[in-house]
Amino acid sequence: MSGLDIFLFGVFPYICLTSFVVGHIWRWKHDKFGWTARSSEWYERRTLRWASPMFHFGLLGVIVGHFVGLVIPQTWTEALGIHENVYHAFALIGGLAAGLVMLIGLVGLAVRRLKTPAIRLATTPNDKFMFAVLGVVIFLGLSVTVYWQLIEGGYNYRESVSIWFRSIFYFNPQISDIAAAPLLFQLHALSAMFLFLIWPYTRLVHVFSAPVFYLWRPYIVYRTRDAETEPGAALTPRGWEKSELPGQKTSKR
Amino acid sequence: MRVMAQMGMVMNLDKCIGCHTCSVTCKQTWTNRTGVEYVWFNNVETRPGLGFPRRYEDQEKWKGGWKLDRRGRLRLKAGGRAKKLLSIFANPNLPDMEDYYEPWTYDYDSLVSAPAGSDDFPVARPKSLVTGKDMSIQWSANWDDDLGGTTETGHEDPIVQKIGDKVKFEFEESFMFYLPRICEHCLNPACVASCPSGAMYKRAEDGIVLVDQDQCRGWRMCVSGCPYKKVYFNHTTGKAEKCTMCYPRLEVGQPTVCSETCVGRLRYLGLFLYDADRVAEAATVENEHDLMNAQKSILLDPHDPEVQRQALADGIAPDWLEAAKNSPVYELACKYNVALPLHPEYRTMPMVWYIPPLSPVVDALTETGHDGEDIGNLFGAIEAMRIPIEYLAELFTAGDVEPVNDVLRKLAAMRAHMRNVNLGQPVDESIAEAVDMTVAEIESMHRLLAIAKYEDRYVIPPAYEAAANSLLDELPGCSVSFDSEPGDRGVQGDAPIPVTIESFHLTKQRLEAESYEDLDYKQ
Ligand code: HEM
Ligand code: SF4
Ligand code: SF4
Repeated sequence: MSGLDIFLFGVFPYICLTSFVVGHIWRWKHDKFGWTARSSEWYERRTLRWASPMFHFGLLGVIVGHFVGLVIPQTWTEALGIHENVYHAFALIGGLAAGLVMLIGLVGLAVRRLKTPAIRLATTPNDKFMFAVLGVVIFLGLSVTVYWQLIEGGYNYRESVSIWFRSIFYFNPQISDIAAAPLLFQLHALSAMFLFLIWPYTRLVHVFSAPVFYLWRPYIVYRTRDAETEPGAALTPRGWEKSELPGQKTSKR
Repeated sequence: MRVMAQMGMVMNLDKCIGCHTCSVTCKQTWTNRTGVEYVWFNNVETRPGLGFPRRYEDQEKWKGGWKLDRRGRLRLKAGGRAKKLLSIFANPNLPDMEDYYEPWTYDYDSLVSAPAGSDDFPVARPKSLVTGKDMSIQWSANWDDDLGGTTETGHEDPIVQKIGDKVKFEFEESFMFYLPRICEHCLNPACVASCPSGAMYKRAEDGIVLVDQDQCRGWRMCVSGCPYKKVYFNHTTGKAEKCTMCYPRLEVGQPTVCSETCVGRLRYLGLFLYDADRVAEAATVENEHDLMNAQKSILLDPHDPEVQRQALADGIAPDWLEAAKNSPVYELACKYNVALPLHPEYRTMPMVWYIPPLSPVVDALTETGHDGEDIGNLFGAIEAMRIPIEYLAELFTAGDVEPVNDVLRKLAAMRAHMRNVNLGQPVDESIAEAVDMTVAEIESMHRLLAIAKYEDRYVIPPAYEAAANSLLDELPGCSVSFDSEPGDRGVQGDAPIPVTIESFHLTKQRLEAESYEDLDYKQ
C-alpha cells in the first residue's frame, strides 16, 4: 500500500464526493437556469430517436448492475442461496447486454454529434470534456468486463473492489482491498470518481432532476403571481443575448 | 362553483389585412435573441395554408392536445404519465428544425465592404443562424403567405385534406383569409399537463400560462403536448418559451404588443369569469360538435348576482369584477355569440376566440357583379358557398357548419343594416329579426366591431393591486432614463426595448407618477 494508493483510494474519493455534493448544492443555488438536459432533438431527430433511448436505457441497466455488484454484499446474495457462479453468470450476461446497448447508443450519439454541423456547434468545451471523461469511464468499464470476465474467465470483484467501495461510505476506506485488484479495475474506479468530481459542473446535472414526481402531481398546475420579482436586472439577463451569426461572435454587446 | 378569472382575446378576422405587424412587433419585443430566432409567439397564417410549424394541425402525426379514451375519459393524446417518462430520452412527437425552418440572416456586410469599382455586383448571401454557414432558404414561418405557392403545397393543408380536396387553388376559384395566432392560454392546457417538471403553470389570477425558466429542465414535452404548437424550444438555453400574453404590460394596464400595434385594430382584450370546477367536465363532452357550447357553458355571466357573490367570495377583487362586466371578449363570445374558439376538438378550452371572416363571401359576390351588402344576396351566398364555410367550420367548430353560418348571417345582417343607416334609408327591422337580434343590439355590436374604440377594445383590469406600483419600475424597460431622481431608476441595460410608439411618453409618465391612479395610459 503506497502513498499514492492512500491518496488515490483513501483521499481522492472524498474529494470527489465533496465536490459532487457541494457542487450540486452550489449549482442549484446559483444556476437553476442552466440546469437542463439541453436537448439537441430540435436539430436532428432521426438518429436521436434510437440512439438516446438505447444509451439511456442501457445505462440505467448498467447502473442497476453496479448497485447490485457494489452495494449488496456477497454474503447477502449467498444467504439468499445464490451461488457465486450463478451470480457471476447473471452479472456477465446482464452486464454485457446492458453495456452493449449503451455502447451502441453512445456511438450513435457521438457520430450524430460530430456529423451534424448544428449539433457540433452547440457542443460547448464543457460538453466535450464531459463526453471525453464519460467515454473513458465507459470504455474502461467495458474493458474490465470483456477482459477479466470473458477472456480471463472471471474475477470476483465483490471480494475486493466492492468492499473498498462500501467502506468509503463508512469513512473507513479499505485501501488495501482495491490496491490488490487488477489495474483495469483501479483505472475504471478512478475515472468514475473523476466523473463524479466534474459531474455537477456539466450538463449531467440533468440526471438529478429526473421528473418522477410527474407520476403523482395533478395535471394542471396553478400558481399565484409572485409579487416579489427581482428588481430590474442591470445586465443582460441570460437568455436575452442578441442574435449573432454562430461561430462569429465578434462584438460583446 | 369556483369562480376564476381568465384574460382572453378575440380577433375579428374580417379586419386582418395580413400585414404581420403584430408578429414583427412581438418578435422585436420578446424573441429577437439567440436560440429563438425561429420562434414566433405571434404568427399570421394565410388559410388555406400549411400553418406554422408546417401541418401542425395534423394531430394524428403530432399527437397534441387531449382525446377521450375508449371509456370516455380525458387523456393526453400523446399518452399518459408513464409513457411520457419512458419516451423522455427522445420525444417521438417533437417537430424539428425542418418542420419549423432554419433561421437565417443576410451577410449585409458584404454590401458595405465590397471594393469600389469592382465588376462583381455585391450580394448579401443568406447565412444560417444555426450553423453560420451559407444556406439555401427552403421554407419559413409564412412561406405560403397570400397563397404563395399553394398550387404546390395547398393540398397538404390538413383541413383541405379533411374536407376532401374540394378547395380549389386556381386563382379564380380560390378564397383566402388570414389567421393570426398566439398562445390560447387554454383553460385545460395540454402543455401544462405534459410538463414532467411541473415548470409550466396557469396563473391563478388571470389564467395566463407561463413557463418557469428556473424550473424547466428542457424535457420538451410541452412543445409536443400543445396542439397549437405555441410552446417553442429555445435551442440555445435548452428551455421552453412561449407567449406570455405580455403580462408585464397587462400588469400596468397596457394591452399586449400584438394588440396595441395591430393595424386593423381587430384584437379585443378582456376578462372571462369561468367555473373552474367544471372545466374537466366540459372538456370531456363526447360529441365534438358540442364542445364549443360546453366551453361557453362554463363561462359565467358577470352580470348575474349569484356569480358576482361567488366571485367575491372566491377572492376576485371588486375592480376585476367590474372589468369582467365590461369585458368585450365576453360580450363577443357569449352575448352576441359571434366569436368562436380555434379547434375546440383539441379539448384544451382555448381562450383566444375568433370572429370568422365574412369577406370571402362578400368578395365572391362583388366579383360576380352582385351587391355584396344586400341582405338577400348575402344570406343566399352564405347558404351557397359551402367550401369556405366548411373550411371555417373545421377551424372553429370541429366541422359543425351551423354555428359558423349563424355568425356569418349576423355579420351580414350588421352590414346590411348599417348600410341602410348610413345611406339614410328607413330602418328595416326584419333584417335584425332574421338573425334573432334587435336593431339596438345590432347597432351596439357594430359599435364594438366597427368603431372599436381603444377603451372598448381593451378592458384590462386596473392595477394588479398592490404590486402594480412597484411593477411600474420593473416593466421590461426603456433604456432612456429621466433624471428627475438621479440614480433612483436609471438605465436597465440590454433588456428588451419597448416597441410601442407611445412608449417614450408613457415611460416618462410612469416613471414620474406617484401612484397607479395618476396614469392616463388609455391615451
Ligand atoms: C434517468 C434519468 C435521466 C433522464 C430523464 C435523462 C434525460 C436526458 C434527455 C432528455 C437528454 C436529451 C436528449 C436530446 O438531445 O433530446 C439527455 C441527454 C444526455 N444524457 Fe441523460 N438522462 C438521464 C440519465 C442520464 C445519465 C445517468 C447519464 C450519464 C451518466 C446521462 C447522460 C446523458 C448524455 C451524455 C446526454 C447527451 C446525449 C447527446 O445529445 O449526445 N443521462 N438525457
Ligand atoms: S395554446 Fe397555449 S395554453 Fe394552450 S396548450 Fe398550447 S401553449 Fe398551452
Ligand atoms: S397587425 Fe393586425 S391586421 Fe396586421 S397581421 Fe396582425 S392581426 Fe392582422
